[in-house]
Amino acid sequence: MGAHAHAAHADHGADHQHHHEESFISKFVFTQDHKMIGKQFLVTAILMAWVAVIMSVIFRLQLAWPGEGFAFTNFFLGDKWAPGGVIDPNMYLALVTIHGTIMVFFVLTAGLSGTFANMLIPLQLGARDMASGFINMLSYWFFFTSSVIMLASLFVEGGPASAGWTIYPPLSALPKAIPGSGAGMTLWLVSMALFIASSLMGGLNYVVTILNLRTKGMKMTRMPLTIWAIFFTAVIGILSFPVLLSAALLLLLDRSMHTSFYLSDIHIAGEALENTGGSPILFQHLFWFLGHPEVYIVLLPALGITSEIISTNARKPIFGYRAMIGSIMAIAFLSFLVWGHHMFITGMNPFLGSVFVFTTLLIAIPSAVKVFNYLTTLWRGNIIFTPAMLFSIGLVATFIAGGLTGIILADSALDIMVHDTYFVIAHFHIVMGMSAIFGMFAGIYHWFPKMYGRMMNTKLGYLHFWITFICAFGVFFPMHFIGLAGAPRRYYSYTEFTMFNGVVDLNVLVTIFAITGALAQLIFTGNFFYSVFRGPKSVQNPWKSNTLEWTTPVEHMHGNWPGPLPVVHRWPYDYSKPGKAEDWVSQITPMEPGETEDN
Amino acid sequence: MSKLLILIVVLVGALAVAQVARVYELTSRLRGKREEDISPADNRMNARLMWAFLVAYFAFFIWLIVAYKDKMLPVAASTQGVETDWLMNFNWAILAVMFVVTNVLLFFFAGKYVYSKDRRAFWFPHNNKLELLWTIVPAAVLAVIIIYGLNSWNNITSPASPDAVVVELYAKQFDWTARYPGQDGRMGATDYRLINGDNPLGIVTAKSIATRLAEIDTEIAEEEARLQGVLPDDKVAEIEDHIGYLGRMASRIVNLRVVMEQDIKENGEASTYLHGADDVVTKDFVLPVHKEVDILIRARDVIHSAYMPHLRIQMNAVPGMTTHMKVTPTITTDSMRTHVMHDEAFDFILLCNKICGASHFNMQMPLTVVTASEFTAWVAEANKKPFEPAGTQPGGNGYFAGQYR
Ligand code: HEM
Ligand SMILES: [Cu+2]
Ligand SMILES: [Cu+2]
Repeated sequence: MGAHAHAAHADHGADHQHHHEESFISKFVFTQDHKMIGKQFLVTAILMAWVAVIMSVIFRLQLAWPGEGFAFTNFFLGDKWAPGGVIDPNMYLALVTIHGTIMVFFVLTAGLSGTFANMLIPLQLGARDMASGFINMLSYWFFFTSSVIMLASLFVEGGPASAGWTIYPPLSALPKAIPGSGAGMTLWLVSMALFIASSLMGGLNYVVTILNLRTKGMKMTRMPLTIWAIFFTAVIGILSFPVLLSAALLLLLDRSMHTSFYLSDIHIAGEALENTGGSPILFQHLFWFLGHPEVYIVLLPALGITSEIISTNARKPIFGYRAMIGSIMAIAFLSFLVWGHHMFITGMNPFLGSVFVFTTLLIAIPSAVKVFNYLTTLWRGNIIFTPAMLFSIGLVATFIAGGLTGIILADSALDIMVHDTYFVIAHFHIVMGMSAIFGMFAGIYHWFPKMYGRMMNTKLGYLHFWITFICAFGVFFPMHFIGLAGAPRRYYSYTEFTMFNGVVDLNVLVTIFAITGALAQLIFTGNFFYSVFRGPKSVQNPWKSNTLEWTTPVEHMHGNWPGPLPVVHRWPYDYSKPGKAEDWVSQITPMEPGETEDN
Repeated sequence: MSKLLILIVVLVGALAVAQVARVYELTSRLRGKREEDISPADNRMNARLMWAFLVAYFAFFIWLIVAYKDKMLPVAASTQGVETDWLMNFNWAILAVMFVVTNVLLFFFAGKYVYSKDRRAFWFPHNNKLELLWTIVPAAVLAVIIIYGLNSWNNITSPASPDAVVVELYAKQFDWTARYPGQDGRMGATDYRLINGDNPLGIVTAKSIATRLAEIDTEIAEEEARLQGVLPDDKVAEIEDHIGYLGRMASRIVNLRVVMEQDIKENGEASTYLHGADDVVTKDFVLPVHKEVDILIRARDVIHSAYMPHLRIQMNAVPGMTTHMKVTPTITTDSMRTHVMHDEAFDFILLCNKICGASHFNMQMPLTVVTASEFTAWVAEANKKPFEPAGTQPGGNGYFAGQYR
C-alpha cells in the first residue's frame, strides 16, 4: 500500500482502492492509514495514562498516611524503593516527576492531539488521508519508542528522573544532587527528544493537510471548530517544541560535555565544580517558552472537541463561531508572550514581571469569551445527555473553576505567596488536567462509533462520568485550601511542620476521592475494550451530526469515501435551523434557493 | 501472595464490568433500543443530576470555607503581607461573583433545556452586541485587577531603602544559614571555591584564601603520594584528573587573590574584600519588628526557594546569583504566640519551596522576630562571634603582601 493514493486530493480516490489483502503488519502495525494511526495513539495513551494514575495513587497514599506501609506501594515499587511498603523520598519525587511528564506529554499532548488530529482532520475536511502517510506513521513510532524509553527509565539503578516534570537544573544536571539525575535523567532527555521529533512530524502533517487537502467547498470558515483548534495547536507545537528540544540538548551537554550553559558557582558533595558563567534561569526561560504554550497544546484540542460536541448535542449552532475562532487565535498568539508568569520569583526584573502580568491577564479575555459562548450555546438548547455531552459540560465547569484561580496566579503580587504551593497543583490540575482529560473522554465517547464501528455502553458512560466528575472536584478543590495554608508542592510529607496540622485531614479526604476516581477509570477501560470487540454495531451517523466524518461508511476503508469526495455546501453547525424539517443539516446538503449561510 | 490477590481483584473487577455491559446490552437489544438513543428517562435523570451537582458543588465549597478558614495562614505578619492579603481578598470578591454566576448559568441551563422531541432549539448562531459585551466586561474587570495588582507588585519589589537591615540567607541541601554583616555593617565578598568546613559560605578574606590554598596543597600532595603506589591504569587516570582539577582550583583561587589585592588597592577600606572577617554566620535567623529588612539570598548547590508563609514573602535561591527580597515584619514572635496563635510553641518558619532533593520536605529554619531593642542586644551579642575572630588576622592594607604562598 502506498501513501500516494490517499494523499492525493484530486477526486479519484475510488479508482485507487487497493484490492490486495493487507498483511497484519501493514494493517495494524506499520500502517499509514490515518484512522489506524489515530487509534494507535489512543490505545498507547490509555496504557500510559494507567501508569500515571497508578503513580498518583501511590503518592496520594503516602500523602494521606505518611510513613505507613502499603502492600499496593510495595507491589509496584518492590523492596528497593518501598521497603515495608513505605515509599522512599527519592522515589516519591521520581513518581511525581514521571506522573507529570506522562500526563502532560504522553497522554494529553500525543494522546489527545495524536488521536483526534489523525482521526478527524481527513474525515472532517473531506480528504483521503493525511498529506504524508509515511511521516504520520513515523510520528507514531517515534512516540511509541519514546514511551518505551520513558517507561524503561523507571528501572534504572538510581531511579527515573526526579527533578520534577520541569527538570530545572542544576538539580537535573547533577547526579550528586539527586540519584534520579543519573541515567534516569539521560533517558528522560532522550525520550523527550524523540517525543518532540514525533510531535513536530505530526504537527507539520496536520498543518499541511488542513491548509491543502480540504475538499471542494470546505472553506476555512466552514471548518468545524475541532479542526480550527487542532490547527492552532499544531502551529503552537511547531513553534515551541524546538525550543524545548534546544533546552534539553544544552542540558545534555552540561551533563556530559562539561559545558556551562546552566551551571555556575556550584559546590556539591564537598567539591567545587569548575562551571562558571552559566545561568539556571536561562533554562527556565527556554523551558517555559515551550511550557506555557504546552498547556494550550493540551487544552485547545479539548476545547475544539467540546465545541463540536456541545453544539451537536444541544442541537443548536455553536454561539459565536467566528468569535470562537478569534479567541483560539488570540489564545494561540498570546500563549507565546506569557511564559514569565512561571518565573515571578526567580529574581527577574520586576518591570519584566509586570509585563508578564499584563499579557497573562489578557489571555483571560478570550477564555472568558469562550465560556460565555458555551453558556449561550446551552441556553434554550435541546440537550441530549450522551456521555460525550456530559464530559463536555464537565469541561466547561472545570475550565471555569481553574480559569478563575489562574487570575490569582497571574497577579504577581499574589503569586509570591502561592507560588509552588498546592494552590498551583489545584489550579493546573483543574484547568489543564481535568479539562483536557474531560475533552479527551468526550471525544472518545463521541467518535468511538467512527473509530471502531461499534457503540460504547451509555449506562457505564454515565456511571463513569458522574464518579469521575465528583472525584475530580473532590480531589482538586480541597487542594486550594491546602495551598492557601502554605503547604508547598513536591513535599514527601507534611509531618515535619506543625503549621500544616490543621489541613492534613484534607489530604485523607483527597486521597479517598483519588482512589475512587482511579477505580472509576476501570469502568471506562472495561467499557472501551469490551466495546471495541463486542459493542453493538453502530449506524452511520448515530448522533445526527452535520460534519463530514459521518458521511463515510461505518466499515473503515482506505481513502475514506467509496465514491468521489463529498462536496461541502454549508458550515457545520446548522442545527435546528428554521425552515428545515430535521434538526440537523449535513454539510453536504446543498443550500436551498434563498437560504442564507448564517455563520 | 498479596500481589496475586491484587491482580485477581483487578481482573475480576474488569470482568464484572464487562459482564454488566453484556447483560445490559442483551436486555436493551431485546427491547429494541439502540445504544445512541438516549431515553427521556436518562435525559431527565442527567438533567436533575446537573442541578443536584450545582447544589452539592456549592455546599462542598462553603463547607470547606467554614471548616477550614481558621486553619489557613494566620494574619499576615509583615507590611508586604498585609498588602497582599488585602489584594487577595479583593480578588476573591471579584472572582467569587464570576464563579457563582457562571456556574449557576452553566448547570441551570444544562438541567433546564433537556431534550424534548416536541421542541426545537432556539436558532441563535451569533449576536455581535452580546459578544462585545462579554469581551468588554471581562476586559474592564481585568483592568482593575491589573492596576491594583501591579501597584502592590511595585511596592513589594522596589529596592529596599539604603538604611534597611541587611541579612543574607544561604541555602544548601538541606538547610539554611544566615549571615549578618557584623560590626562594620557591611557584608564581605564570597567565593564558592573557598567553601570548607569552617567557611560554609565561602567568605573571602586573606586568611580564608590562604587556608583553602593550603588545604589544596595538602590534597595534591596526598594524591601524588597515592600515585607512588601500584595502581590499575584507570585509577591512575582518575587520580591524575583529580590532581589536574585541584591545580586548576588553586590557580583560580590565586586569581581571586589578585583580584582582591587589586580591589583593595583601588578602593581601600571600601573594598568588599575587607568586610568579611567580622561577618556573623549563624543558624539563628532573627529580624527586628517594624524595620525594613533587605534579605539577600544565595544557594550553594541547586535552586531552593526561601518561603516565609507567615510573612507572605518568597524568593528563589539560585546558584551563581544573588536575589533580593525586602520585608518589614509587623508582629514579633512573642506577640504571635500570646495574642494571635495562643500557642507558646509557635514559630515563624522559613521553608524551602523549590524541589531540591530527597529532604526538600524538611528543609526549614525558624525565624524569630524581636523588638528593636532586643534586636540591638542580639546583634551586639552575635558580633562577639565573628566569622574570623579579631586577632587572627592583621588588619589594614599592607597586610596581604606575600605572607601566604
Ligand atoms: C488521577 C488523577 C490525578 C491525581 C490524583 C493527581 C495528583 C497529583 C499530585 C498529588 C501531584 C503532586 C503534587 C506535588 O507534590 O507537587 C501531582 C503532580 C502533577 N500532576 Fe497530577 N494528578 C492526577 C492527574 C493528572 C493529570 C490528568 C495531569 C495532566 C495535566 C496531571 C499533571 C500533573 C503534573 C504536571 C504534576 C506536577 C509534577 C511535578 O511536580 O513535576 N496530573 N499530581
Ligand atoms: Cu503558563
Ligand atoms: Cu528544597
